Amino acid sequence: MIDILRSEWTKIRSVRSTMWTLAVTAGLMLGIGALIASAARGSTEDDIPGAQAVMLSLTGIMFASLSIATLGVLVISSEYRTGGIRTSLMAVPKRMSLLTGKIVVFTVTSLLVCTVASAASLAVGVAIIQPPSLDMGEAVRTVVGCGLYLTACGLFGLALGTLVRHTPGAIVSAIALMLVLPQITGMLPGQVGRTVADHFTTNAGMQVAVPLVRNTSFGPWSGFGVYLVWIAVTMIVGAVLMRRRDA
Amino acid sequence: MTAIRATNLSKRYGTTVAVSDLSFGVEPGRVTGFLGPNGSGKSTTMRMILGLDRPSGGSALVDGRPYAELKHPLRKVGALLDAKAVHGGRSARKHLLAIAQSNGIPNGRVDEVLQAVGLREVAGRRIGGFSLGMSQRLGIAAALLGDPEILLFDEPVNGLDPDGILWIRTFMRELAAEGRAVFVSSHLMSEMAQTADHLIVIGKGTLIADTSVAEFIGRSSQGYVRVRSPRLADVAELIKVGEAHHDHLRVTAMSPVEIGTLTARAGIPLEELTFVQPSLEAAYMELTKDSLEFIS
Repeated sequence: MIDILRSEWTKIRSVRSTMWTLAVTAGLMLGIGALIASAARGSTEDDIPGAQAVMLSLTGIMFASLSIATLGVLVISSEYRTGGIRTSLMAVPKRMSLLTGKIVVFTVTSLLVCTVASAASLAVGVAIIQPPSLDMGEAVRTVVGCGLYLTACGLFGLALGTLVRHTPGAIVSAIALMLVLPQITGMLPGQVGRTVADHFTTNAGMQVAVPLVRNTSFGPWSGFGVYLVWIAVTMIVGAVLMRRRDA
Repeated sequence: MTAIRATNLSKRYGTTVAVSDLSFGVEPGRVTGFLGPNGSGKSTTMRMILGLDRPSGGSALVDGRPYAELKHPLRKVGALLDAKAVHGGRSARKHLLAIAQSNGIPNGRVDEVLQAVGLREVAGRRIGGFSLGMSQRLGIAAALLGDPEILLFDEPVNGLDPDGILWIRTFMRELAAEGRAVFVSSHLMSEMAQTADHLIVIGKGTLIADTSVAEFIGRSSQGYVRVRSPRLADVAELIKVGEAHHDHLRVTAMSPVEIGTLTARAGIPLEELTFVQPSLEAAYMELTKDSLEFIS
């Protein structure tokens, strides 16, 4: 397995798309965070409470989640697009080992970059807003949550890439499942509609990062757990198909 | 030991049969040509041998085992399927490095194979900008990484210039001379005539011939005797089995001795009496004419 991890590590860092998507992810976190923080600071003379400052600084996560999901998609779909998957499978014929290698390498890379980017956004945002007090414990939990949430979004992309095997198709699916459908479920009527919306992908998962959507069913970790179930199910379906299908 | 062994190998896509009940073996120390018209199932067969496609029936074993069960497959088998099927954004060196690492092959081997195929100078360049010839060389470098005993090449000369073709041909012969099993597919008989020792010919996914190159030519019925004479019409009447061409007769049912004896008795002068060897190309065309997917 260590051989496969080394190989996947070489692959992920030797293409420009990795650098680009990671840079865009970090850039969106920092840029949008700073922008919103400045706007908030300029809009009022009153003190902005610490918890709200934290949330405002990390608003970029909505957009950053899409660029990290794109990287997740590309980790596998670029191999299908170019036909390089055949070379990979000739080298590692045990397909689940290859997929595991990709998941592990992506997860570690993404966790590192996304957590650092989140921490930096928070620091910049707080420096701009200057809240009267800041709960450090809560700030750290939020930063860790953002790193985890973004990485989960990337893994969702990787799962969809494995399932769809087609870059644009997988990216569109990711946007639909992570951004569009969660908003639409919010419009569903009644208690059933409320439950569906609360359980839907990022509506549940976002609770661990920045609760941009009000979720009455889940706290941060249970919500994240629900999101992970979505990702795991998608990944398992993708893995089963990867085993079965001709490469 | 037989390097590659296909036994009753079959592959169906829905109702389309790509490969049907195919059995053959590839032996070490020689170049085995895998010949068939386009769409006859050569690539599908190779992908099944390499564990990329799942057979609908039968089995393909490499060194006695299914490919997927080899621990470090690249140390046993090297293959070039499609030279352009690589991520164009990676440099040649990084591309090979990732492949080498996956099979625990030392990093130093990357520069060795780059040297061997003549790509050392462009090792740092992105593969996307490579010409087809360079890509083929890179694909061969990848196949050689693990110093494998068994090599598979799918149409390696397609789209190459004469220099490149000669280079690959020589290379394959050298690999076989070192005792390796070389299995190379082509739809061009003339190409195989110059490279292969042994031929496996398929058409519409079924085996047509599994034979040495010499035997393959000999087996064909396409040889004929060419007869020229100032009195060609008399010759034709005499032997009765000739087929008239504008200035000569072609006879397939009689030997030159029989024709010569007959015409000498009749006192007809001959200008030419030649047995024309069938070409490999003609032998191949004849064998596969019933199995062409599309007749143009």
